[in-house]
Formats: sequence, structure tokens, C-alpha cells
Amino acid sequence: MLSFIARRVVSGLVMVVAISVIAYMLLYAGGGDIARQLLGQDATAETVAQKAHELGLDQPLVVQFGRWVAGVVHGDFGASWFTSQPVTDAILSRLAVTLSLVLGATLLVAVVSTALGVLAATRGGGVIDGIVQVVSLVGTAIPNFLIALGLVLVFAINLGWFTPTGYVQATDSVPGWIGSITLPVIALSLGGIAAVTQQIRGSMLDSLRQDYVRTLQSRGISARSVIFKHVLRNAAGPALAVLGVHFVGLLGGAVIIEQVFAIPGIGQVAVTATSQGDIPLVMGLVIATGIIVVLLNLVVDLAQGWLNPKVRLS
Amino acid sequence: MTEPLPGALADEIAAAVAHPPRSLLRRLVKKPVAVGALGFLLLVVLVAIVGPMLAPHDPETASALDVLGPITGEHLLGTDSAGRDVLSRLLYATRFSIAGALLALVVAALIGVTSGLVAGYYKKWFEGVSDWVVGLIQALPGIVVLLAARAVVGPSMWISMAIFGVLLSPAFYRLVYATVSAVRDELYVDAARVSGLSNGRIISRHILTVVRGPALVQAAFVTGVAISIQAGLEFLGLGDLSLATWGGMLNDGFASIYSDPILMLWPSLAIGLTCVSLVLLANAMRDTLERSGARARRRRTADLAVPAIAKQPVIDHGTGSDDREVLLRIRDLAVGYGQDDGSVKVVVEDVSLTVHRGEVHGLIGESGSGKTQTAWSVLRLLPPGGRIVAGSVEFEGADLSSLSGARINGLRGRRISYIPQEPMSNLDATFTVGSQLVEPMRAKLGISRKEARRRALDLLARVGIPSPERTFAAYPHEISGGMAQRVLIAGAVSCDPDLIIADEPTTALDVTVQADVLDLLRSLQAERNMGMILVTHNFGVVADICDTVSVMRAGRIVETGSVHELFAHPEHPYTRSLFDAVLDDVGPVSTDEHPREAEGAVR
Repeated sequence: MLSFIARRVVSGLVMVVAISVIAYMLLYAGGGDIARQLLGQDATAETVAQKAHELGLDQPLVVQFGRWVAGVVHGDFGASWFTSQPVTDAILSRLAVTLSLVLGATLLVAVVSTALGVLAATRGGGVIDGIVQVVSLVGTAIPNFLIALGLVLVFAINLGWFTPTGYVQATDSVPGWIGSITLPVIALSLGGIAAVTQQIRGSMLDSLRQDYVRTLQSRGISARSVIFKHVLRNAAGPALAVLGVHFVGLLGGAVIIEQVFAIPGIGQVAVTATSQGDIPLVMGLVIATGIIVVLLNLVVDLAQGWLNPKVRLS
Repeated sequence: MTEPLPGALADEIAAAVAHPPRSLLRRLVKKPVAVGALGFLLLVVLVAIVGPMLAPHDPETASALDVLGPITGEHLLGTDSAGRDVLSRLLYATRFSIAGALLALVVAALIGVTSGLVAGYYKKWFEGVSDWVVGLIQALPGIVVLLAARAVVGPSMWISMAIFGVLLSPAFYRLVYATVSAVRDELYVDAARVSGLSNGRIISRHILTVVRGPALVQAAFVTGVAISIQAGLEFLGLGDLSLATWGGMLNDGFASIYSDPILMLWPSLAIGLTCVSLVLLANAMRDTLERSGARARRRRTADLAVPAIAKQPVIDHGTGSDDREVLLRIRDLAVGYGQDDGSVKVVVEDVSLTVHRGEVHGLIGESGSGKTQTAWSVLRLLPPGGRIVAGSVEFEGADLSSLSGARINGLRGRRISYIPQEPMSNLDATFTVGSQLVEPMRAKLGISRKEARRRALDLLARVGIPSPERTFAAYPHEISGGMAQRVLIAGAVSCDPDLIIADEPTTALDVTVQADVLDLLRSLQAERNMGMILVTHNFGVVADICDTVSVMRAGRIVETGSVHELFAHPEHPYTRSLFDAVLDDVGPVSTDEHPREAEGAVR
């Protein structure tokens, strides 16, 4: 078990390293004259060169990358070139905001999809099928920012149930925090709900056709236990895989959704840092995303092993 | 929405499509939804092509006098925050938005289809490399990559969309790879290879035709995703400000959300309707492809269906006088399956039989003769669509066919229980053997977990499992088929039932294990004085264990009676032919030729 986790962590780290190398080279290639941008058009060539030297920009790529790696190994991700704020400070506080959105959306996706998927698989037809079809179509087809705009127009501006934009820290006011993330979480979730519901419905139908379901029924076990204890557990594996893929999608989706609701998550940092070419900050974001994805995959793998003992062996 | 489609979808499409969509379009036009979606998309494409020629104004001409202007004869949809004509911008934006999405689609399809073909057809090292690259691409949130790329190459919509095409290519790669891997080992591809066709010809003739349909479906999905992400970027204000696009118009409208929210309506409608149409079209295409696949499958299994034979008198040898209590009396049972067209297909008809306490009644016949259907209808566990359409199944005087769900569930396991044919697939792979024995006992007998565990261990020992403790803690995949069948037998007798329905309990086992399991069944049956219906296709088994036997053919009983009488004087030609089959065989009857019977009639 431990060696399984160790292997996954190592292969995940290799991926993070690969991503950071590629990202660094791309950023370096497209960086342009950062020192000039920092100092403005009026600065003399001399001060620009001095600034470039200060930031180490006059060194070859390998040296710059080496310095950056050496810093990272010691837990120092550097500071933003534009604001001088340490990268870890700039990212960590905002990452918490984004993760609260993404985790909230993941939870909502898991709960709603399981309920809809199980209902659709066990009592197909009629109202439930209609709901599932509409949710699937809207969630699959309509971009999440359009859904977000619609939600803002209806529930915030017209009905006034929520404030249209802004973010309240959970430490300041829990009801305020819930109010400020409700619409963004719903907007983020619909796509995932569409996909995961379809997956749960499909794999539930597959599992319901398996021989062991008849045998369980023949033992007189209640339908509730057969469906929720046995069939759902067998069907959960594929659905969990889809949920994992969508978690990555949610991270990306949050970048746009945060803009709509003016939420100070990593989305805003990502947009400004990438458009300015602020390499330390962008690299920090890339590493943070990479680590989150690796951890997520590990959690999904462990959960798969818990769900299905056959997976545990491999 | 930044993610390419999940691989499961690709696999599903690939699996569903066994036949190339020769007339996909012709079949699509019969669906109103597909026609509507297709019509709207054609309109969008038409606007993209000729729209700019129809535009009444230049889309970029701003006028400070006309900021957020109302709808007038001059400006049919009003003007935006810079005083530009909204209608003209919408017409131009359609061209650029569609062109950008198509660029992403072309890039994704070129890379994905090519690499999928190569990886699926040639395998070897290329496969490993592509899988790793696909994993890498899918691990990154697409939007972050696009933002980074924008920092590198500047705000060009075309370059962004080309890069996004690369990010979307796994959607095609996985689909094509799955399809090709499935097809490359098909016999007809082997035949083509043997007959000396070049790899290029094989790919173009045999493999591309299979991939074509599913790839079209994927293309519709991918285009929708590309339109959303492009609009998303523009909406963030990260697009190409020199081009009018739907997302850019939305960005402008969002800035005026309080003063002029109607500005957001037009680009929202364009994006929303286009994406919905693409998904509807993709769904319709997939349904059409899946249905043609399903139809082909159904045709193949059609010959397994029960041939209707005329009603004829049952040859009854009598059972002698059995004064034991009657447990089960089946009278004129008919089982039918509802069809798509509303008719009912009858697979079992006029079946009558009686089982006394302590009696083992064999039900013998070849595959598809209806014996398993009869057995399942006693438990009321027919597959979906199946039901008892006539007759009665009386258990201790109560008609099971009309009992409520709760009452019949109360009988299952406790009074009537079941031993299935295939041991491995009848245990839930995700729970231990022990918990699958304990759960029914706790539910039916209301005993404590500890007591249930003690009884389960006793049962495992009783059915001849050498180390009960270890098997109790094992998962189904950790024990052998023979062990699994013993576990299922233990489960069947765990709540002291009066009647056991055993559906070919030895068929799936090794020949050496079959005799042991039959011995076990017989001794358990005698020790607990249970009645039993034993479904089999083997007269050897009947001779071994049964007191009475009914011979089934084509959904009816043709001959019945005590084993002794029937073996001595088989009268029906079908019964005799079954005997001949046993004699022809050396050793026990081979079982390979018998898939689970009646499957064809059901699915």
C-alpha cells in the first residue's frame, strides 16, 4: 500500500517537474523585455540593464532556471517582479478562495449527480428522465460563464437574493461567505453534474444487469441495500474517474467564474500575471496547479482501491 | 468546460459503433430535434459566410453620440458602449467566432486522428509515448495554458485557437485509438493483411470507415467546447480586441449590465443556441449510430429465440403416490417479454409442475428451452421486461405471481432460495465473502453480527471449505470457481429455506469439481429435507440427484414423470434425442456450447 502511494507520488512529481520545465521555457521565449516594462518607456538603457541584472534576466536560460529550481527546493518561490510580493503569499491566500469554490462545486456535483443518476437508473422514465435530459443539455452545452451571467441577472440583480459580486471571508461571516459563493458554485457545477450524472446512470444500469444483483435479490436483501450498498459501490468507480477529470476542469473554469463574480481567487492573479509575463508568479501558479492535480489523482486512486478491492492489488 | 471529453465517452462510442454510418444523414433527417439543430447550424454558417456583406454599418466605427443607443431604424439592434452598430458587429462576430472554432477543430482532428491511428495500429513504443503526452495535456487546466500562451505569443485569437486545438486533440486520439485497437484484430482486417493489402490501404479502407461515424460525433462536441472557451477568453477581455467576436460583445455588454443588459442578450443567444445545437446534433448522431449497432446485434441473436411449437399433450409417466406436503405447484405458467412495439413475446407457455417437500425435481432441456425462465419466475426475478403473463405459481397455497413486492421479498432467501449457474459473476466483487454471507442472515433472521459470523463460518466448514476463516475474509476474486460455488450454496441454505432453485449449479465448474458439488447439494438437501428445482441440460445430473424430471423444449414441457419411469421408457422423440446426446459423449456432457440460456430471447 505504502509503496503504491510512493510510486504514485514519484510519478506525480516527475509530471510536475516536466510541466515546470516546459512552462519556464515557454515563458522565457515569450518574455520580452521585462525590465523595460517594469521601468516604463522613460527609463534609460542603463537603468533598464541594471534592473535586468538585478532580476538575473541577463543570465542564460539554464542559469535562470537553475536559480529558480534552487529556490524552490528551499521553499522559496521568489517574489513577483511587478509587486515584489512573495509568490507564496500571493498564491496561498488566493488559492484558499479558489479551492473553496472548487471543492464546493465538487461536493455539489457528487451529491446531485449521485441522486439524479441513481434515480434515473432505477426509475427511468417520466419526470426524472426529463430533468436529467435538461440538466445534461444545459450543463454540457452552455458555457459556465453564460450560466453565471444568467444566474447573476436573475437571482442577484432582479430578485436581489444574493449580492451580484464580491467575496466575504468565512472568518468574517459564515452566512455572508455562503451567500457569496452560492451562485459561483452553482455556475461551476452544472457542467460536472451533466457529465457525472450520465456516467452514474450508465454504470448503474450496467451494474444492475450483472448476475450478482439477481443473487442478492434472491437472498431477500432489501432493494435499498441492493441499490445503495452494492450496485452504487460497483458503479461509483467510473463515475469517480469522470469526477476527477472534471475537477481539473473546475480549476480552469474557476478562472473565468471568478472574473464574473469579482472573487479574489487565483483566477485574477493568473490573468494579470500571465498577461504581464511575471515569470515567478506564473511558475508558482503552474506548480500549485500541478501539485493539486497530482494530489487529486492520488486521492482518486486510493478511493478507487477502497471501492474495488481488485484495483488494490495492481 | 475546458476539458476534452472524458475517455469513457470515447470508449462508449467506439464500442457502440460496429457498423459504418452509411446513411447517417438520411437517418438523421427523420429526427425533428436533429433537423432543427442542423438547420440552425447551417444558418449560423451561412451568416458567417455572407453576414459581413449584409451588415448595414462598419462593425468598428465608433460614435460618441450613439453610446448605448436604443433600437432604431438605423440601428436595428441598437448600439454598444462605444456607439458601434450591434447588428453589424453580430454579423461579423459570427464569422470570426465560427472560423476560430473550426480552426481548433481542424487542428484537434488532424493531430488526434493521426496519432490515434498510428498508436492504435502500430502500437509498440508509440503507444506509451502518446499515452504519457495525453496524460500530461489532460492534467493541465486548458485555460491556464491558454493564458500562458497568450503571454508568450500575444493576443491573437487564431494562435490561441490553434493551441486549444492541440489541447483538445486527446478527445480524438482516445476515440480513434480505442476504435482502432478494437478493429485491428478483427478477422476481416486479418484477412486483408493476409491477402497482401498494404497498411495504408487497410487503414483507409477498413479502419477509417469504422472511425468516421464516432469522429463526427466527437467533432460536434469539440466544436461546442471550442466555441465556449474562445468566447470565455474574449469575455475575460483576453481576446483579440481587433476582431468582433461573440465573447467580446458579451464582455462589452457585461460592462453595461445595469444600464443596458439587453446588450448581453444577442451574443448570449448566439453562443448558447450554437452550443446547444451542436450538442443536440452530436447526441442525435450518437443515438443513431448506437441504434444501428444495437439492431445488428439483435439480428445476430434472433435465431436463439424460442420457436413456437404447437400445443401438444404432455407425456406424463406419473410420479407414483407422493404423500409428502406439496411445497410448490406451478399451473399453466406463461412467461413473456414486452417488446418495443407493445407486443409480448412469450418464451414459456403451459408449464405445470409440482414439487413436494424433500423432492428434487429436474428441469432439463437445451439452451433457450425456457427452463431458466421458469426457475426465475418462481423467485419473481425475471430480467427487466419479463413477467408472468398467465398461470399461477403457488407456494404453500399462496400465489407468488400476485404477491406484493414486500411479501415476495420476505419469502426470498428465508423460504425459497437460489443457487446460480456462474459462481464468479454472482458474488459482488467489492465485498468480502463473509459480509455477503452475513448480510442476508442479519436481514432475514434478525441475528447479531457476531452470531451471523459464527453461523457463516460453520456453513463454510459444512460446504467443505478447508479454511473457513480465510475464505470468510477473502474477496471473491481471491477464491477459485469451485470455492465460490460452495460459498453460493452456503449462502442459499444459510436461512434454512424450504425450497431451493438451483440453476445449472455445476455447469460452470471443472469436471473434477462437478461431482463433489453435486454430492454436497444432495447431502444438504437430504439433511434439511428441502424441496429443490434443479435446472440442468445433463441427464447424468438428473440420474444422480433427481426424484422427478420434466423435459422442456421450446418453452413447453413435453414429457414428465419419475426419473425411474422416464429413464426406463422415454417416449417423446426429443427426450430420446437428449439421451442419445449423452450416449454420444465420452464422459460428462460438454458444457462449452451453453451460454446462459434464453439470453437471446431477453436482450
